[in-house]
Amino acid sequence: MSALTDDTLPVTPRAIRDEMIVFIVMAALLASVPFTGIYPFFVMQALCFALLACAFNLLIGYGGLLSFGHAMFLGTAGYISAHALRVWGLPPELGIVAGTAGAAALGVVTGLIAIRRQGIYFSMITLALSQLLYFIYLQTPFTHGEDGIQGIPQGYLFGVFNLARPTVLYYVVLIGFLGGFLLIYRTINSPFGEVLKAIRENEPRAISLGYKTDQYKLVAYILSGTLAGFAGSLKVFVAQNASLTDVHWSMSGEIVLMTLVGGLGTVFGPVVGAFVIIAMQQYLAGFGQWVTVIQGVIFVACVLTFRRGVIGEIAHFFRRSL
Amino acid sequence: MQALYAQLLVGLINGSFYALLSLGLAVIFGMLNIINFAHGAVYMMGAFVAYFLLNVAGIGYWPALIIAPIVVGIFGMILERTMLQWLSGLDHLYGLLLTFGMALIIQGVFQNYFGSSGLPYSIPDELKGGMNLGFMFLPIYRGWVVIFSLVVCIATWYLIEKTRLGANLRAATENPTLVRAFGINVPRMITLTYGLGVGLAALAGVLSAPINQVRPLMGADLIIVVFAVVVIGGMGSIMGSIITGFALGVIEGLTKYFYPEASNTVVFVLMVLVLLVKPTGLTGRAA
Repeated sequence: MSALTDDTLPVTPRAIRDEMIVFIVMAALLASVPFTGIYPFFVMQALCFALLACAFNLLIGYGGLLSFGHAMFLGTAGYISAHALRVWGLPPELGIVAGTAGAAALGVVTGLIAIRRQGIYFSMITLALSQLLYFIYLQTPFTHGEDGIQGIPQGYLFGVFNLARPTVLYYVVLIGFLGGFLLIYRTINSPFGEVLKAIRENEPRAISLGYKTDQYKLVAYILSGTLAGFAGSLKVFVAQNASLTDVHWSMSGEIVLMTLVGGLGTVFGPVVGAFVIIAMQQYLAGFGQWVTVIQGVIFVACVLTFRRGVIGEIAHFFRRSL
Repeated sequence: MQALYAQLLVGLINGSFYALLSLGLAVIFGMLNIINFAHGAVYMMGAFVAYFLLNVAGIGYWPALIIAPIVVGIFGMILERTMLQWLSGLDHLYGLLLTFGMALIIQGVFQNYFGSSGLPYSIPDELKGGMNLGFMFLPIYRGWVVIFSLVVCIATWYLIEKTRLGANLRAATENPTLVRAFGINVPRMITLTYGLGVGLAALAGVLSAPINQVRPLMGADLIIVVFAVVVIGGMGSIMGSIITGFALGVIEGLTKYFYPEASNTVVFVLMVLVLLVKPTGLTGRAA
């Protein structure tokens, strides 16, 4: 099953150097956004989704596991953070910790169930689990059902940084994104990441080499879910609400789409894909349901003609690792 | 007690739809190695074709029961010829992604023209009214749906497990290259199989039109429940899919009576329990 990433290049010093250069360029570009007059809200939202897509990509691109329920981490962390900030009155940093920890716990519970099957069944199970959570959130009172949790106070991070100011919030979100990104990057280039790739390429062989593949997959799943939850907690400060749309299956589909457009199993692909899809939604907001149709067309086009995604095609063309 | 029987009947009807849909998914998965995410969308199309036939062409329920599955089946075969066939040899996950995209397109287009509200489709005159069975009142149409679905399921099972065509089909699932060497046109068989699976979903759509109304998103949530049914039952056995489908519908109906809050989630909870106890599914082999 190497078809998902058909030309993975070995991790060489040159590949690492290329990736670090692109990372620095990306960080510099993102850090300069507040000086350019670009609407920061849009970029912040895209950054949250970029981190979410990177977390998803850790699982599919390096573990070969397609989760069709990643919205459950986004939504769960969002609800917990929102509840912690608004009802318990916790400061922002503890709100983020609570949301992320909640997603991690969810990762442990759902991971132990979903990891029991591979391939297509894994996707169906994660989708079903997220739908189960959707119905639970629809009925439990603390989520406020269809209304969602609204008017969340942004507060002062560490008692110092006023998150109600867009520029401050922007840099906080940016640092959160870059930190999460580097953690994922470190993971995929670690011995753990190498074993994960081995499992993706040939699980029986990895088992025969003595690796307990279920444990590796479970850890990757929990890590991915935790980081997706972290993105969800950050998003609460940007959107100032937590609602059912974040747990809906169509959100899980969008996460898949972002990663597919950018390039499955590429380092920077999910980031590019997230910006493309969020920008598209922004500009096509007036077209109503046609946005869904266009998303479907992009899915079909990507799978049929463009399986490497934007970054994957560029990397393939220059024979570089990106 | 009346309410309990009524919920049991609703459960049986939902079970009929689960069975018809998971049966189609299993048949398609066997031949194409694809999980058809567009299955909910074609179910919806079946209902819409019946609606159009009645309101545009004046063709009623009985012809629609045959025409709609054929029309949607042909539509499915076109999709298979133009798109799905290019995925053979690729990772299974691409089939899921492609059909998910197709579902978004189909549902999005219908939502654009028909919004999200339901369109009415009336019960045919012959099946109006009800029967008093002594212990409960049975609306005739609902009884008809259960019995007719059961007949179609058994017929499909017979076709695949007991006929020569079915034997060829099963052989092609095991070893397509060898079956081609016998002079059997396997690609055409794959196309027809997809058409059959999609047609079964469309048939379920026509059956549900008078009960659930015709809505663009009527299949979107249903397909996720059917996925859970498929995980519970496993896709290895046709009869297994049918029995699991009906059984889960009945369990859902019972839950609606005894603990309504859990009726949306009971199938998913059962999926979790089955995965914990028997990860391969009730009838399935390891995939």
